[in-house]
Amino acid sequence: MSLQFDITPGSPEPIYEQIEGHIRRQIATGSLVEGDQLPPVRTLAEQLTVNPNTVARAYAELTAEGLVESRTGRGVFVAPRRQIFSEEERNRRFHRAAWRFFDETAFLDIPVPEMVRRLEAAWPDYFRKTPTP
Amino acid sequence: MSEYVIETKGLTRYFGKTCVVSELDLKVPKGSIFGFLGRNGAGKSTTIRMLLGMVEPTRGSAHVLGKNSQELSPQDRARIGYLPEGHHVYGWMTVEECGKFQASFYPHWNHTIFDAVLSHFRLDRKNKAGNLSRGQRAGLCLALVLAPEPELLILDDPALGLDPVARRSLIQSMLYVTRKTDRTILFSSHLLSDVERVADEIAVLDRGVLRASCKLDTFRSHVRQFVIKHNGKEPPLPDFPGLLQTFRTDTEISLTFANISHDEEHHIRSLEVHSIEEIQLSLEDAFVTYVGERGEKSFFTKDLEGVK
Repeated sequence: MSLQFDITPGSPEPIYEQIEGHIRRQIATGSLVEGDQLPPVRTLAEQLTVNPNTVARAYAELTAEGLVESRTGRGVFVAPRRQIFSEEERNRRFHRAAWRFFDETAFLDIPVPEMVRRLEAAWPDYFRKTPTP
Repeated sequence: MSEYVIETKGLTRYFGKTCVVSELDLKVPKGSIFGFLGRNGAGKSTTIRMLLGMVEPTRGSAHVLGKNSQELSPQDRARIGYLPEGHHVYGWMTVEECGKFQASFYPHWNHTIFDAVLSHFRLDRKNKAGNLSRGQRAGLCLALVLAPEPELLILDDPALGLDPVARRSLIQSMLYVTRKTDRTILFSSHLLSDVERVADEIAVLDRGVLRASCKLDTFRSHVRQFVIKHNGKEPPLPDFPGLLQTFRTDTEISLTFANISHDEEHHIRSLEVHSIEEIQLSLEDAFVTYVGERGEKSFFTKDLEGVK
């Protein structure tokens, strides 16, 4: 299995977070499903031209979030879906995501109820399996 | 043998009355890719030359591969690959002759690696080294330094003057070399996006003084910026010891800290202002703030009013 994406060094977001974010999104959208195997650390590091420790850190963070699990001697696999965050942490993460959303949309002059309607409409699109180009 | 491939203690060098490197305690772990950062003239090249025994320290000591760097034997040197700044070659030799000449100094020479790097940089072995482009010359130098398969590679600004494609090849070579876990690379660079790609650890040298030596991510997480928005009336702020830089506009103050303490952070977060937001910094911004001039940086928008 190959993950096709680019990372951007020099951005405020550290490279390991970019890798983590990309894989998290693939899992959220169903491009990666339970039981899928992630590429070995060295393979992905070579593909992205980054230090293998950076990829290892991204995998470690995803493991800590319960999104993937490491099976001894066999590799890293997408884990069964479960909620591991505390109520407080979920609120914190939601708040942070909401701010990012408003950063982008505040100047579009779309009233909040209309935004909610459009979010609901966009929902199925997001979770439809997106074919990789 | 120690787990550090390079270890210096109080390493100091004066040129005349100028202190170029001051009390340097540097530790480079075995198997790491170690980024050696600092502005021009910070003392990086002098440090590297002391590590190799080419410059004598005024005080202090440097140990490389467990040996005092002032007493390195030819056998020890064969285990170290050194790429000096500037990609120097003997212009009158062909690429092939350069290889043969270099190989004669080493007990071990891996032709496969030499050829692979040459073809990676699209070098013709019949070409005169003096006719090569800067990127090709860098490729040749890299091939010459990699072919003996040294345990320790010391690269002094290897990316200087390279185009993006050649730089990427350089990074790939660095990652390739450290596939063997007992290989260590120390390199200096000003290209922080490249450093971010490859380095495990970094050291920051500032006017001869070591100001940080840690994991790259640790450095990033210790330089933090807060933006305080107020309604034109600035809240009173105490003197923060860890404050690196202040930037002001009419309704905003941005404060950048190194190693902000819990109390300082609490103080900022409990200010009664319009909003307080932490901004994530890129490695470059964190570095520039960290080694740039400390203190007040104001941007007086009012002064620019009426400017046509």
